[in-house]
This record gives sequence, structure tokens and C-alpha cells, in this order.
Amino acid sequence: MSHAKVRVLVAKPGLDSHDRGAKVVARAYRDAGLEVVYTGLHQTPEEIAEAAVQEDVDVAALSILSGAHLTLVPEVVNRLRAKGADDVLILVGGIIPDEDVPALKEAGAAGVFGPGANLDEIVEFTLANLRRRGA
Amino acid sequence: MDLVDRLLDGDRRALARAITLTENEDPLAGDLAAAVFPHTGRARTLGVTGPPGVGKSTVVDGLVHLERATGRRVGVVAVDPTSPFSGGAILGDRIRMRRGASDPGVFIRSLATRGHLGGLSWHTGSVVRLLDAAGFDTILIETVGAGQAEVEIMRYAVTTIVILVPGLGDEVQAIKAGILEIADILVVNKADREGADGLVRELEATLELGAGSAASWKPPVLKTVATADRGLDAVLAAAHDHYLYLESSGSLQARLERELNAEVRGLVRDLAGRAALDWARSAGAWDSALSEVLARRTDPRSAAAGLVTRFLGRVQRKSRP
Amino acid sequence: MSNNPEGNRRCGPGGRSAQGGSDPCRPPAARKAPATPGGGVHLEVPEHRPGGGERRERFITISDREIRGLYGPEEIRDLDPHRDLGVPGDYPYTRGVHPTMYRGRLWTMRQFAGFGTAEQSNARYKYLLSHGQTGLSVAFDFPTLLGYDSDHERSRGEVGRLGVAIDTLADMEVLFGGIPLDRVSTSMTINAPAAVIWAMYIAVAEKQGVPSEALTGTIQNDILKEYIAQKTFIFPPGPSMRLITDTFAYGSERVPKWNTISISGYHIREAGSTAAQELAFTLADGFEYVRAGIEAGLDVDAFAPRLSFFFNSHSDFFEEVAKFRAARRIWARGMRERFGAKNPRSWMLRFHTQTAGVSLTAQQPENNIVRTAYEALAAVLGGTQSLHTNSMDEALALPGEKAVKIALRTQQILAEETGVANTVDPLAGSYFVEYLTSQMEQEALAYFDRIEALGGVVPAIEKGFFQREIADAAYRYQRQVQSGELGVVGVNRYVEDEPSRVELLRISPEVERRQLDRLRDVKAKRDQGRVRAALEAVRSQARGTGNMMPVFLEAVKAYASLGEIIQVLREEFGEYREPAIF
Ligand SMILES: Nc1nc2c(ncn2[C@@H]2O[C@H](COP(=O)(O)OP(=O)(O)OP(=O)(O)O)[C@@H](O)[C@H]2O)c(=O)[nH]1
Ligand SMILES: [Mg+2]
Repeated sequence: MSHAKVRVLVAKPGLDSHDRGAKVVARAYRDAGLEVVYTGLHQTPEEIAEAAVQEDVDVAALSILSGAHLTLVPEVVNRLRAKGADDVLILVGGIIPDEDVPALKEAGAAGVFGPGANLDEIVEFTLANLRRRGA
Repeated sequence: MDLVDRLLDGDRRALARAITLTENEDPLAGDLAAAVFPHTGRARTLGVTGPPGVGKSTVVDGLVHLERATGRRVGVVAVDPTSPFSGGAILGDRIRMRRGASDPGVFIRSLATRGHLGGLSWHTGSVVRLLDAAGFDTILIETVGAGQAEVEIMRYAVTTIVILVPGLGDEVQAIKAGILEIADILVVNKADREGADGLVRELEATLELGAGSAASWKPPVLKTVATADRGLDAVLAAAHDHYLYLESSGSLQARLERELNAEVRGLVRDLAGRAALDWARSAGAWDSALSEVLARRTDPRSAAAGLVTRFLGRVQRKSRP
Repeated sequence: MSNNPEGNRRCGPGGRSAQGGSDPCRPPAARKAPATPGGGVHLEVPEHRPGGGERRERFITISDREIRGLYGPEEIRDLDPHRDLGVPGDYPYTRGVHPTMYRGRLWTMRQFAGFGTAEQSNARYKYLLSHGQTGLSVAFDFPTLLGYDSDHERSRGEVGRLGVAIDTLADMEVLFGGIPLDRVSTSMTINAPAAVIWAMYIAVAEKQGVPSEALTGTIQNDILKEYIAQKTFIFPPGPSMRLITDTFAYGSERVPKWNTISISGYHIREAGSTAAQELAFTLADGFEYVRAGIEAGLDVDAFAPRLSFFFNSHSDFFEEVAKFRAARRIWARGMRERFGAKNPRSWMLRFHTQTAGVSLTAQQPENNIVRTAYEALAAVLGGTQSLHTNSMDEALALPGEKAVKIALRTQQILAEETGVANTVDPLAGSYFVEYLTSQMEQEALAYFDRIEALGGVVPAIEKGFFQREIADAAYRYQRQVQSGELGVVGVNRYVEDEPSRVELLRISPEVERRQLDRLRDVKAKRDQGRVRAALEAVRSQARGTGNMMPVFLEAVKAYASLGEIIQVLREEFGEYREPAIF
């Protein structure tokens, strides 16, 4: 009998301190039965990638409201790759203008969620796009 | 098994994945545990427990930092409760464990209790062994506790540190008795707040009352301000003393034997029970026994005894040459 | 709205109406307005229920406060107009801090701005001043807010992004170049490193020949709400409070016209609190600063008149008006009765307001102009002293110039055309508004008791009390929007397929590079011996108990960088990390 649970790292890269969205999403995941590892504020890409490895998460959800997403997301992805953790599903949330979405997807983000994104949709998307384990 | 080799080799991804397999009770987990067992038994384990918010994670962060300064590699297992409503969890201990966040000599893993009531995960012991096998010298186990529940931490940690803070009020009175029994070291954290000295005196007085024979270990009561790294070196020194005390008094070996004995006993019970159940279900004996009980023609104990007897008879027949 | 004849029914299984339109029970995605070619607008007229039925079972504010259909004399039975309202300009100031309010002077129209390099921000300030703005408001980028220089590893990608980057006095000189500091009032949104930034401002003024006694403006300097909501903290509460009382003391002696703190509910609300929580937590913070000031040996009437407040104006109109009115009453009573302040200026709660950033939607952004206008109206009817109106594109990125101008014009229309500035506190006496005002006050007092029971504001922060209350409210709100119980046009009502495009202001990576160049340049040219000595003075003063302001002034004049000064303090004071609260 297997008791697999989907594990999600909810992380805030960069210096912006607006964690309302990250926390609401963390709760939505928990209420949907997922296990959320929350890193706290002001994480460097290296710290996030390392946490994703140690916690062996299926998903890394990055919340960025500072506008620095085009710098930070590719860095997180690169660090994850360097650690061999390229099967982690990367999601990005925050204030992301439409025209930046293709660049983020190009960089490796599977889903990008703007302000006011629907929580249920975020959870559904996450579960539908897992890259590992049939969890 | 490639995963085991990589784990023993210090590969962090392999270790992380092995922990996941263990937590998920994956079919591979048994073999994994068997393969790493010969490589365990070296690490020093420290349990850190206490009521919510007293500063356990902050203390752990500080202890990690001090241990790293001496070159020891440190593993951390931080356990938080699973929501009984959704089965999900938010694990937030990493927030405070920042200094080890990108140190290759540190490995932090957050676990959810997943329905286990003791404040620990079912798999805490196995996860500790994986970290041990992966070469971590010190393993810190953080768990929330506010009463009887955390007694279990003693099984996995050679030294148990219980943290309290001034100003907790009545709830402390209620849990104190239980907590003092499991504590090898008592820490009064947030000593920058009013009332720390009072709490220290109170705890010392209570310990005095319950003190055993002169030879036994007397838990020290230490003041810390974890946010400012004050007093943590004394905590670590006390943990070291405690270890030496256990070693020299022979308690360490006795304790180990006791724990392994209990583990094997528990597993025998578990495995035998499971085998009997599997047989009963597949042989149809289960349904008929249960309907007898439901009809109140047989009592539950007799029904169970009957099943076990039939199961054992079958086992004996099978094993005859 | 739906044609359901029963009128009131719950959303849930079986409760869905087959009608189209804006049924609150339908999932948001299904509730698109019919496509209207040519950008036309779909009109929908609400229908009256036969037999006086109501559209919904519960009518609630965005703070989940249930509102009844009618309020009358019964609800304000306990209100004593003389005791509880008074007249404008008199205790307890429920009706306003000034007898003539906007007939005497309009509120200050103060648009928060600042981005990129100091040069770019300086140009934006001059643009706003030339369009009739009457005060400056400075936004700093994240590295500055957290006390990191632009060349710090953690600053990568963030330099100049959501505000101006300030590393040294040289940046500050450029930021205010050509702006006479004796003639503008400047509000600076800075908290953890506020004392150092303020020292830079005072030093720039001095170079312009303006004495510190002539300076007017505000530093936000409100660290408690950082721990509670905004999270740009650096040091633990103890040393942070010391830095704040140091600015109180320095200000009351040397910069008497400066508001040394702006006690802010804005961010508490943005983090998802209810209106009552914003009110209660902000005033609790305010009283905590007063206590700290008194404990540091200051006379309450020497610094309390310089305390100012900063609130959010959100979209539920009456609840906001009531909040502002209640705030004044609670403050006046607390200051006079609890702290024994004698100077009427210590009793007056003066406040700045910003319309709610979180109420803006990325969808159909032009609608944000309308939202902001209503929110601005609530702030003015609530008696604000100054106002920032958000630009329509703020939900998406930094505001573009046109959007900023419309936002400013929104205030000007309010002042010049609507007539709301002609008479003082025109909503007073409304059964509903007075009831709600008293209700808000009661709820705040109940929160004060709970905070007290936890040992005060700082212990409550460390126990995560505020954070948990806010997180719960934020989550509930999100769920209510999602279920359709609360309507948001463009998000779960009248949804359109194509989001409209807005003009966005982009910060080029050039900004970061140029800022780094300037920093390197300044560091190369300064007198290194003087910098070292000044930083050592900062260190030894931090270890003692003397006022930090003089050593900060010397350090910034020596062109020590913000990051260098803050690093010394990090070493001496330690760093704060938040409790894990969800
Ligand atoms: N004043 C003071 N605050 C402290 C001290 N140690 C920890 N804290 C604060 O206490 C709060 C909780 O600290 P944590 O380390 O998260 O406590 P915890 O026991 O791990 O909490 P849980 O895992 O949620 O049960 C944080 O805000 C810390 O900053 C201390 O020595 N003094
Ligand atoms: Mg913890």
C-alpha cells in the first residue's frame, strides 16, 4: 500500500515581501490535501533549488510580485537543473504581465498565474501537470 | 540497488528520494531500510520538543550553526502536523532554519505527521536512519509537543531537549509533569523576556522534588535567547555531557538494546498480524468469522483466537518437510 | 440578476439558477458577459423581487460584516452626540480634526512615485509638481527597504524596480536636485532603515542651505506593521523600537515640523485584513509607540503631536467612512484618558489615505479608475488629510504617466466638481454611518483586550496573533470571491474573454548597471578614513543607549552607504525572522 502525497514547495524568491498570495495558495494546497513546504521570504534561487531537492517536492511554486521574475525564474530553473532536479514542476504566480508569459514558459515555467487567479484552478492545474509519480 | 549506493555516497537527491519512498510506504522501502541498516548507528541524535512557538526551530538553527562550526555534518528532521480535515499540511519550520539553507553539510527535511498522533511521523525512525547512513554526524529532530504525545521522541533521540518560555501560564502547569519526565535538558528560551529567572527557579524546584538516586542524570535548566544565539553553546555542551553520561554509565548500550528489542517485537506483532489477516481475507475465513460476531454468536476475542489458531495450523502444515 | 422568485436562497447544490446574467451561484468562469462586438457594453438591469423578497440571503461587506436592510433610531440609541461626536475640530474629533476641514484647506494630493534611478524619479517629481501636485512621496526599491546596497548579491534584478534605489547620499542629492526642500513636503515610505534615510534627507537639505527646523514631511518608520503584515523588517523588535524612539526624540528637538512616524494600516489591509482589523491593529501599534516613547523618557505631548497615520480606503464605501471616523474617536480617547496627554494636538488623529491596491483588477483595468474614485470619495468623506489615488494599471506593473495623471485628476474632480468639500462630515447623523462607526470602535476595543491578554503588541506579534487573524481573513475573502458570494467586476462578474492591454512602464536592466556604476564611483572617491571612523561610531553608539541620529548623520555625510551602515547594525542588533503563520 502506498501513501504518496504530492509535495509542493511554496517559495518567495527575491526581496519583495508581499506574501499574501503565497500564503493563500499554500492554504489552498493544504486544503486540497497536498503537503506544502513553505520557505519564508527573501530566498535566493540557490536556496530555493536546494530546498526543493532536500524536500523532494513534486512542485515548486514561486511567488514574485517585485517584477524581477525574468531574472529570478530562469535562475531557479538553472539551479534545479544543475542539481539534477529537472522533474520538478515549476509554477509562477504574482504580478506578471501577459507579454512576459512566453519568456517564462520558455525558461521552464509550466504555468503562470496572475493576480486574482482562481485557487481551485491553480490546484487543478498543479495536479494535472505533475511530472513525476502518479501520485 | 543504485539508490542505496548513491545515498551512501552522500548524494542529496538520492537521500531525499529515499526519504520520500519511506514516507510513502513504497514497496521499495523495506529493501531500502534493510540495505542501509548496516551503515547506521553512528549518528548522534538530539530531539527538540516543546509547545508551539517557543522557538524550537530557532534553537535548531542555532545548534546547526554551532555544530557546523566544529565541522560535523548535520541532518534535521522537522515534523509538523497534518491537517485532520484535508490530509494536507503546511510545513513551515524551514522559515527559521536559514543559516543551513545552502550549506552542503546540512540537510533539512520537513515531514508531516500523516495521521500519526504522537507529534512525530510514523517514519521518523526510518528517516533518521537514512540520514545516519548518508553520513550525517548529528541529527536534530524537531517536533511540536504539548503533553504526553512527545514522549515518543525519546525513542529516536538519545538526548531530548525540552523548550519552554516564560509567560506561557497555566498550560505549562498542566504539561509540566509529563514534560519533565522526558527532558534530559530543559531550556528556557526567550530569556530576553520577563519571567525567565522565575521559570528557571520553578523548574529547578520541580526537578528537585522528583529527583531520583544520586547517580542518575540531573537535567540542567538552561536559559537561551535563540534569536541572538545566546546560551546555545551551553545547550550543546550539556547534550555532550548527557551523551558521555549515558556512555559511561552503560545506559547508552542498554537503551539501544531496549529500543531495538522493542522495534523487533513491534514488527513481529505487526508482520504476524498482517500475515494472519491476509490469509483470513483470502481464504474467506474472515467473512464467516465476522458474520458470527455480528450475529453475536461468537465474541470478538474468540473469533480472533479461532482465526489465529487456524492460521497457525496452516503454517505448521505448510512447513512440514 | 436572476429571476428566482423565492429571492433568497443559498448558493450550493440545487441552488443554481438556469438564468444567465450575474447569478452569484455560478462559477466565475461560466459567467461571461455576452460577447459584444465593437467593444460595446452589455447592459443588465436588476429586477425587483415581487413581494419584497431579497436578492440574497446575506448581504455582507468585503470584510464579511453582515449588513441589515434598514437602520433607524434604535441602532444609535446609545449614541450621545455631544460625548461621542462633538463638533469638528474638538474632542473626540469624530467629525474631523479641523473646524472647517476642506473649506479651509483641501486635502494634500500626494501621489506615491519613484522608480529606477534617482534621475528618473527626480524627473517624475518635477512632472507631478508642475501638474499641481502639492507634496512628494518617495517609493524605494526593495534593496533599499531592506538595507542592502545595489551591489549586494540579494539585490540582483530588484534594483530600481519598485521604487528608487538609494545607496549613498549622492543618490539622495540627485533625487531632490532642483527641488527646494523648504517648500515641498516629502513623504518617504521607508521603515526598517528609516532613521538612516531620514539622516540623508536632512543632510541634503543642509547642503541646499535649508535648516532641519524648516523641513516638513513624513517618514513611515512604522516597524510594527512590518512584523504584522508588510514584512520588510531587518532587526528584532527591541532595537527597532529604539531606532524609532530615537527619531521621536531627535525630531522633537531638531526637526519639529516633521512627522516622525506614519502608523500604517494600509499594508495590514493589503495583506488581507478586514476593515475592523486594520483599524484595531493600527491603533494598537500607535498606542504601543506612545508607550515606548514615554518609556524612553519622552514627554507624551512633546512627540505625540507628530504622530500621523496612514490608512487604506477599500471598496466597501460605508464601512470605510465609519472606520476613519471611529479611528479619530478611539485615538482621542486613548491619548487623553489612557496616556494623560494634555495637548489637544496629541489627541488628534491625522491621516494619509491610499486607495486599495488590492481592489484593483488586472482584468478590464479601466474599471480601476472607477473603483479608485469611489474609494477616494470614502477617504474624503472620512476626513483624510492627504490622499493617494492608485493608477489603473497598478495591478499589473508600475504606473505609466497617463495613468498617473488620471489618478491625480480623479482627486481634482472630487475637490473641484462634486461639492463634497463644501461642508464638514456630511454623513454624520446617518443612522447607518453612526451605528457602523460605534460598531467599529467596539470591535477595535475588543481586539485591544485580546492583544493585552497576549502580553501586548510585541508578544502578540511573536505569537503570530495578528498574522493569523489576517491570514484567516485573506483566505476567507478569496474563498468568498471564488464562490461568487462577493462580486468583483471583470473577475467573477461580467467577465470578458480578452483582457484589455495597458501601457506598462518597464525598468530597463540598464538602471541596475548605472546604479552600480555610481555606487562604485562614490565608494572610490570618498574619504575612506572618515567612513571607517563613522561606521565605528555607529557600532559603538549601537552598543550603548545614546541617540543614533547624530552618528547616522555623520556616516551619511561621509558617504558611507546605507548597506554599510545597516550591516553594522545587523551585526549589533541581530536579524528578525518571522514566526511561521498561515
Ligand atoms: N524574544 C525572543 N523571541 C524568540 C526567541 N527565540 C525564538 N523567538 C521567536 O519566537 C517565534 C517562534 O519561533 P520558532 O523558532 O518558529 O518556534 P517553534 O517552536 O519552532 O514554532 P513551531 O514550529 O511553529 O511550533 C519567532 O518569532 C521567533 O523569532 C528568543 O530567544 N527571544
Ligand atoms: Mg518550528
